[in-house]
Amino acid sequence: MTPRRPDVERDPGLQPERTRLAWRRTTLTGAVVAVLAGKSALHGGPSAAGLAAAGLCAALWLGLLGLAHRRIGTLAAARPAVLSPRAAAAAVLCTVALAVCGAVLVF
Amino acid sequence: MTGEGNVLGVREFARNVRLWFVPGEIREEGGTPDYRFSLANERTFLAWLRTSLALVGGGFAVDQFLPDLRWGWRVGLALALLAAGVLCAFRAVNHWVRCERAMRRGEDLPVSRFPALLGVVVAVVAIAMVVVVLLGWEG
Repeated sequence: MTPRRPDVERDPGLQPERTRLAWRRTTLTGAVVAVLAGKSALHGGPSAAGLAAAGLCAALWLGLLGLAHRRIGTLAAARPAVLSPRAAAAAVLCTVALAVCGAVLVF
Repeated sequence: MTGEGNVLGVREFARNVRLWFVPGEIREEGGTPDYRFSLANERTFLAWLRTSLALVGGGFAVDQFLPDLRWGWRVGLALALLAAGVLCAFRAVNHWVRCERAMRRGEDLPVSRFPALLGVVVAVVAIAMVVVVLLGWEG
């Protein structure tokens, strides 16, 4: 939960809260993908390449988690600033990198 | 789409890609919209990103949970889902930037045929999976 200052007026539409939960859902979806990736990577017993791929997928998920954490921090402001395009691009690149990992693992 | 439309589309996309990494430029045009509109746009972006992650997860799942399929079918379906996920992710951030710019300039929000296209692709992949799972076990 994000602590709220009593002097800050609350948006009746709860927009910051909904946005915060949307980030949380996104990281949860990312966690499912990372677990599937890890399962895929370590399918035929642990190997150096498999462990590396699983580690990379875990790192990408942590990256997504970090981005979400930072954004949730800025959402606690009274008038949250717009999401920075760099953060949006970084989140997309994490997703794309996961897909590339998947393509490599499938072969 | 006409050739001229294609060229304009590519130029627009290149400009948007630059905006992803030079966030200051987006603030130079128009006025700042109500923060709630920006947050709604952000949630739409996140919903598309989740769709993208779900497609990537589907690609992993095909690889994991249909091990008895013929190699070609399994890899083909998995790669189709992964590619759809990548496309969806890039489109998510591009559409987000376009909406944000349109809101700043007070223009209409951009329309897109992507949702319909993605729907068709997902339907085709789903039908292919049903056919493959029904017929391809012995493969």
